[in-house]
Amino acid sequence: MKKKIVSLLMIAAMAATMFAGCGGSNSEGSDAGSNGSAGKVLNIQCWNEEFRTRIEDHYPDYEKVSDTEGKIGDVTVNWIITPSDDNAYQNNLDRVLEAQESTDQDEKTDMFLIEADYAPKYIETDYVLPLSELGISDSDISEQYDYTQKVVTDTNGNLKGLSWQACPGVLFYNRDLATEVLGTDDPDAVQEAVKDWDTFVATAEQMAAKGYHMTSSVNDTYRVYSNNVTSKWVEDGKLNIDDNIMKWVEDSKKMVDAGQTATHELWSDDWNKGMMEDSPVFCYFGPAWLVNFSMHADEEGSVGYAGKWGACEGPQGFYWGGTWICAAAGTDNADLIKDIMLTMTTDKDVLKEIVEKDDDFANNKTLMDEMAETDYTSKVLGGQNPLPLYAKNVESLDLSNLSPYDQGCNEEFQNAMKNYFDGNATLDEALALFRKAVAEKYPDISVE
Amino acid sequence: MKKKKGNKYNRWGWYFLIPFLLVYVVFQLIPLFNTIYNSFFERYRTGLTWVGPNFVGLDNYKELLSQGDLWVYLKNTMIMWVLGFVPQIAVSLLLGAWFSDNRLRLKGSRFFKTVIYLPNLIMASAFSMLFFTLFSDNGPMNSILMSLGIISEPYSFFSHVWSTRTLVAVMNFLMWFGNTTILLMAGMMSIDTSLYEAAEVDGATSTQRFFKITLPVLKPILIYVMITSLIGGLQMFDVPQILTNGTGEPMRSSMTLIMFLNKHLFSKNYGMGGALSVLLFIVTGILSIIVFKASGYSMDDE
Repeated sequence: MKKKIVSLLMIAAMAATMFAGCGGSNSEGSDAGSNGSAGKVLNIQCWNEEFRTRIEDHYPDYEKVSDTEGKIGDVTVNWIITPSDDNAYQNNLDRVLEAQESTDQDEKTDMFLIEADYAPKYIETDYVLPLSELGISDSDISEQYDYTQKVVTDTNGNLKGLSWQACPGVLFYNRDLATEVLGTDDPDAVQEAVKDWDTFVATAEQMAAKGYHMTSSVNDTYRVYSNNVTSKWVEDGKLNIDDNIMKWVEDSKKMVDAGQTATHELWSDDWNKGMMEDSPVFCYFGPAWLVNFSMHADEEGSVGYAGKWGACEGPQGFYWGGTWICAAAGTDNADLIKDIMLTMTTDKDVLKEIVEKDDDFANNKTLMDEMAETDYTSKVLGGQNPLPLYAKNVESLDLSNLSPYDQGCNEEFQNAMKNYFDGNATLDEALALFRKAVAEKYPDISVE
Repeated sequence: MKKKKGNKYNRWGWYFLIPFLLVYVVFQLIPLFNTIYNSFFERYRTGLTWVGPNFVGLDNYKELLSQGDLWVYLKNTMIMWVLGFVPQIAVSLLLGAWFSDNRLRLKGSRFFKTVIYLPNLIMASAFSMLFFTLFSDNGPMNSILMSLGIISEPYSFFSHVWSTRTLVAVMNFLMWFGNTTILLMAGMMSIDTSLYEAAEVDGATSTQRFFKITLPVLKPILIYVMITSLIGGLQMFDVPQILTNGTGEPMRSSMTLIMFLNKHLFSKNYGMGGALSVLLFIVTGILSIIVFKASGYSMDDE
């Protein structure tokens, strides 16, 4: 008998462990309404540490508990960080937003971040609260750059997100190489050598003659072309390749064949090596966050550490990336979210700190124009004040050709063209590969 | 059937099987039927909205088969598998024979058995990252080759079809030859030593002993190794996926079937993904039968 009981217990235990974790905690009906502010937990979805460190450094009431947790007053802040690689961030975000209604109030996503490449995907849905519902009015945000608001305005005219930064891109060049090849590292003089694509190519020839690469990879110039398109990736449900994108292919192929650049992917080791001293890379294209985020400026031996970068406008204005803060529908922390949004994106003292500490370009026209006139200098850029350049390039930004498919199309296009640049495929084969890859990613697009 | 006294304990066997059966049904059998069911539907998401499910019959299969890509990826998979498997089985047989040979009495064989198994303990993705870094354009491999004067400028390993495929094969070989060695060695050690002794008395050379005794007796185990490795090879995913960043470049020449399946999961395309999985299932079955038959092994042998 005893044996029997023991065996039964064992079976029960084995069966029980199987179901552990399957039990779902049902909503306890603590729905405080979407505009309540009683929430004790603030869940924030993001893909890297950037926003967390911005909040830690610049949001006055924030107390750090650990790398994934903090406190604002008596509200616990949870950072849920999912890297963007392989679309993981969006997959996770899609999942939690769809489950939002049936999730416990304290488990609900309250805030999340999005990038320009896929902003329309979220902005056009009801999962994002319009800012008017949070009580943020146009006058609160009147000094922000227009383009940063257009990106996150849906087709009905509702503004649904805010950003603390603007991301006009400029050209960063290696001062040592500029002095050696062009005879000067003065930003205005260097600008003359890269003022349009023809002179850019001519300078690339000079660089190649001395054994240097003009850019680290063909993908460095991609954004500059792809932001100056006159049509969208997808028009009327059909895949469309803009002429300017094809110009990138043409120009890049020439540069690769002439040994003026390479074909590795952005963010790869090879790409990063160009940020180090004694690398042969003359320039990178990027917005302000590139300086803070990708130049390894805090590492000894990098060009940035030595303050050997310079900045000039480059051949064409463009933008790259940018992070927008959105409030998730169903949040119970509306008041806190409003305060975070306004503090981080409109408070001039905070924005000034962000510029000075993080080399960012803040989303406030008045402040930026002011600071452009001051003696603010960037250490990474060898004492240059880059703000006038950003302020000039930001004026020419046109984001009217964004589509919800941009991220996938940009990625697949660069991947497919690499084959053409490397000589593994003809242009037609590479384009066919691109169409195939898009059809796999977005079955609803016609690629013929 | 006669009732025996011990029979009442049999039911305990069934009770203890319940956990396994439940896990099997919930996590294997139901998903299997689900996959087949899904393959007849159009179902995917665009942005945050779902399309379908709409019943489309065999359209998914027709589309997959008419594109013809499937066979290209199957070919890629098989090429990379064979490239890795041939050296794997050869090296494993050799090592297994050495380790289990009583006359050799290798010193430290226990140590080496552990060492050759070690690569399998590293996560495939970590291993791929390591190789990706080692063989990148400005990576250590290129520096070594350049300083030895073998090449004058960096060789882009990942921009060439055969260097990429070879790297994938080498990694699979390194990860799995230890495992195969252990399996084969277990088989070799169970061979009756009197067979070898008799052969020696008759003056057989060690080559003869290997081909006339070891291999024939080892056949069941060899077939087991072949089939498990074939199935594992057809499901090859993590190594080429990480090594080529999911692109299967250059020109998808290192794209395997499962990587192709993964492409359809970006848009949660359960219809296409399901159809592809079913086709893969059929292909795996056919190839396994071919290996089984070709090796002349039948159930009656044992």
